[in-house]
Amino acid sequence: MKGRNYATGFAALTVAAAVTGLWLTSPNPMDSTVLEGITPDAEAGRIAFAAAGCASCHVAPDSEASDSPVLAGGRSFSTAFGTFFAPNISPDPVQGIGSWSTLDVVNAVMRGVSPAGEHYYPAFPYSSYARAEVQDVANIAAYLMTLPASDTPSQPHDLSFPFNIRLSLGGWKLLFQNTDWIVSGELTEQQQRGRYLVEGLGHCGECHTARNALGGLDTGKWLGGAANPSGQGRIPNITPGALTWSAFDIAAYLETGFTPEFDSAGGEMAHVVRNMAQLPASDREAIAAYLKIVPAVE
Amino acid sequence: MFRTAKVLLTAAALTATLPAVAQDVDPAIAGAIKARQAHMQLLAFNLGTIGAMAQGKAEYNAEAAQAAADNIVALTTIHQAAYWPEGSDSVSVASSNALPALWADFPGVMAKGTAMSEAAVAMQAAAGTDLASLQGAMGALGASCGGCHEAFRKPRQ
Repeated sequence: MKGRNYATGFAALTVAAAVTGLWLTSPNPMDSTVLEGITPDAEAGRIAFAAAGCASCHVAPDSEASDSPVLAGGRSFSTAFGTFFAPNISPDPVQGIGSWSTLDVVNAVMRGVSPAGEHYYPAFPYSSYARAEVQDVANIAAYLMTLPASDTPSQPHDLSFPFNIRLSLGGWKLLFQNTDWIVSGELTEQQQRGRYLVEGLGHCGECHTARNALGGLDTGKWLGGAANPSGQGRIPNITPGALTWSAFDIAAYLETGFTPEFDSAGGEMAHVVRNMAQLPASDREAIAAYLKIVPAVE
Repeated sequence: MFRTAKVLLTAAALTATLPAVAQDVDPAIAGAIKARQAHMQLLAFNLGTIGAMAQGKAEYNAEAAQAAADNIVALTTIHQAAYWPEGSDSVSVASSNALPALWADFPGVMAKGTAMSEAAVAMQAAAGTDLASLQGAMGALGASCGGCHEAFRKPRQ
């Protein structure tokens, strides 16, 4: 009798833990109240879209730079967990996001939750975008709808077990999704703007910060450089521990791609520079001001 | 004993990860890599003269700007075929920054080269005129550097 009680108790506990676990890790979209008082502005969205670097991943592979990019997706990203393929986020109503509401886009970008209520994989940098202003993301949503549609179907990701189970991503989010600022304390208005662009929309840390075995960012070494997921070389440390350029030189690099020695940016960073060049000069200066106060990683 | 095994294993692992030719690069290939990197250095040096003026770090000097722009045009006229032998890509040789893609897309390389020549000629016409003209030509010239680096150069370390 006693044994049976234990067994029942254990079973109940297990169920409770599982239910709690599912509840804790279930997708957590925002409701429509977050859009109260917000009027999406497509023109402002063009700049936010550049700051967020959306096109760098979502244009078709090998497509040329364009003022009106076709976000057909298809670029592949090899990682330790498998290969991710950027989806079609053009306004096609069937293959893209043409049928999505503004709230759908906001929840995808800031919560990593699809309109059907599924978790997205964090190859999509929503854990950075979570720090964005809803207004900026709503503007991006409006801008996306002005771009050309493509009916290219999105490709499924090619992931190994257990990473192919989307449910497990709830646990990942619980561990690593955190909207707190990484650099805190007294910041000037300019440094705060830079922090917003670097830690939020610009998601610089996603490449420039090392990851742990579960793919979470090692924020203790924030922007301290990381292995290149492509397998070749390293993505540089951009803290004052290694990046000794003046704020002026950092801002100039983000605009022109030229280093102080007049070498020029290559690879992924050339995409980033093309995006950053579209921002107002004050934003590039703000990024530079922020990078000067990030704790040095040696 | 364990230590010896560990050292041996580490050495074996290191050897396995080094590019096969890192220890023994064909001198002809090593020379070509050096030559093209020196060519890039000359471009950067002359761009630096113009760029410092464009950024307001140096005072505008029409004569110096013109000389640097002339040098850049001269550099774009140098025959480069021998700089880029097969087997001198970044996967084959550790000191190379040129991605294998460069050898797989010859029309792309030529198009980017042409874009750079045109931007350099435009800068040659603008550099000695005044600062505003020089600044106006800088964007296209910079983009032509970035255009090739984006596609064909290994990212900076």
